Amino acid sequence: MQANNLKSPATKSGFFSRWIGGQRAWETNLSLLTMALPGILLLFVFAYLPMFGIIIAFKDYRFVDGILGSAWVGMENFRFLFGTDTAFRITRNTLVMNSIFIATTTIGALLVAILMNEVYQSRMSKYYQTMLFFPYFISWVIASYFVFAFLNGSTGLANQIIERFGGDPPSWYRTPEAWPLVLTVAHIWNSIGFSSIVYLAGILGISPELFEAAKIDGAGKAAQIRYITLPMLYPLIIILVLLAIGRIFHADFGLFFFVPRDTPMLYSTTDVIDTFVYRSLVQLGNISMAAAAGFYQSTVGFVLVITANWVVRRINRDYSLF
Amino acid sequence: MTTTTQRRSRPWNRYRTQAWLGKAFVHAILIVLGLACLIPMMLVISISLSDELALVKSGYQLYPVGFTTAAYDYILQQPGQMLQAYAVTGLVTILGTGFGLLFSSMLAWPLARQDFRLRGPLSFYVFFTLLFSGGMVPFYILVTRYLGLKDNILALILPYLVTAWYVLILRTSFAQLPTELLDAARIDGAGEWRIFFRIVMPLSKPVLATIGLFYVLRYWNDWFLALLFINDSVLYPLQYLLYVLMRNISFLASNPQTTGVPIPTQSARMALAVLAFGPALFTFLLLQKYFVRGITIGGLKG
Repeated sequence: MQANNLKSPATKSGFFSRWIGGQRAWETNLSLLTMALPGILLLFVFAYLPMFGIIIAFKDYRFVDGILGSAWVGMENFRFLFGTDTAFRITRNTLVMNSIFIATTTIGALLVAILMNEVYQSRMSKYYQTMLFFPYFISWVIASYFVFAFLNGSTGLANQIIERFGGDPPSWYRTPEAWPLVLTVAHIWNSIGFSSIVYLAGILGISPELFEAAKIDGAGKAAQIRYITLPMLYPLIIILVLLAIGRIFHADFGLFFFVPRDTPMLYSTTDVIDTFVYRSLVQLGNISMAAAAGFYQSTVGFVLVITANWVVRRINRDYSLF
Repeated sequence: MTTTTQRRSRPWNRYRTQAWLGKAFVHAILIVLGLACLIPMMLVISISLSDELALVKSGYQLYPVGFTTAAYDYILQQPGQMLQAYAVTGLVTILGTGFGLLFSSMLAWPLARQDFRLRGPLSFYVFFTLLFSGGMVPFYILVTRYLGLKDNILALILPYLVTAWYVLILRTSFAQLPTELLDAARIDGAGEWRIFFRIVMPLSKPVLATIGLFYVLRYWNDWFLALLFINDSVLYPLQYLLYVLMRNISFLASNPQTTGVPIPTQSARMALAVLAFGPALFTFLLLQKYFVRGITIGGLKG
């Protein structure tokens, strides 16, 4: 790149040309910009235009008038949204379920990673990894079939097992209280393989000398995990948890929409911000309500991401997003 | 003889027994957890191979009750809708992965170049989309009203083509290419496009494979775009068809000639799920190592 400048000294004069660094560099930059153009345009259309579009949360949207032409209504949509119980319900469900997910997945993935590390030399470890990782590639639509096979009326496998042990199985799709548990199990099933691989990579990165030294000092497995593995993983754990907290306002739409099969009777525990926005938008056609809830999610989510990242940056620059 | 004495010198004592028991215990736990992850799939497969009446009587079992392939026969007898969905998903996956990789790489390569003057601002431009999004509502209005893509196959492809996360992974990988090769090509008079297609892309096959697989699974498993933008059943992708069938299995029997024939509802439904996740499962088993590597690359700073 320096060689370019030497080979072709600036032939164009003027500020712009000098800023670029000469004819050759100008051509290079132009080619590179042309190359990037399709990507820039696609991001502009599908990521940036919707960002500006969030102003419809302050408008009474009419299809014929479009986003710019619709009348401003100020905070009217928000007054309407927060005037109902719904706003509280979807916020609570989103926050509570995501908190449960973060806690259970972190602990579960750590346990699995520690176990995997113990048998990492074994031929079997590859198969364990495959089995645990597999659900990550199953879409929530198909996972909803899986869940249905367990929980469906009298034929579901879970119900048969409960009956065999003398229990009285609930009618799952009519029992909202059961769903925080069902969704948590589904979420762990889906994500444990992925998360445990991240932690396993962290454990494998710990210097083996630490473990050797501990062994010589007479530390058993439990002591090694307690005093070496976990302390060495703390930065990674804290960072992953903080980044997850940064996304706590965004629910996994597929999990909350397909797995409970969009059952109105279950909304009290399964309706989250994302499903509410979708339902208001597409099924109910209540665009103002959807826009208000979407704006609420986008802005609070943005503040949370920035805050979480700021905290991560204070702990360890290398792990922060920016 | 020496080996035997050496073995004797490490007797099978209490400590070794404990260590062996510990390992066996760990293996046992991991086997149970691994099977727990697979059981839902096995359950669905065995339901799909079960007899409809036997299912009603004995409930869903982990083994096929009254083994029969009737459900698959039924689906394959009227494959119209299913084949159509496969075709839509296949087309979307191929076009989306191909153009997605191309455009993402074309954006990532300039961002990896130290001598590109807009590197800083454009990197931020890409990165910011990870932090803030307008959400579903403006996105929906944009695509349906302003782009007019409702019930258009492009609505299933375009929105995912350039994904900031993939661009940043590609950029990190491109930035590590040896500069000597690039400089040599430049001295030989190769233009930027030539360098990109003849040197950068061929040298980056591993990362392109990883990101390509992310694209394949993203498009193959997508239901979201169809949920928002597709009403016309001709354009139903596989996952969306499954969602529709979950709500209403009789949708499958759209062929009027077959009405009256009893549908093996329970097993046919599960057979459809098997037919849908089969290819994804196969891809996964074949190329798992690329994913594992992708997760490790993904851990790099954006």
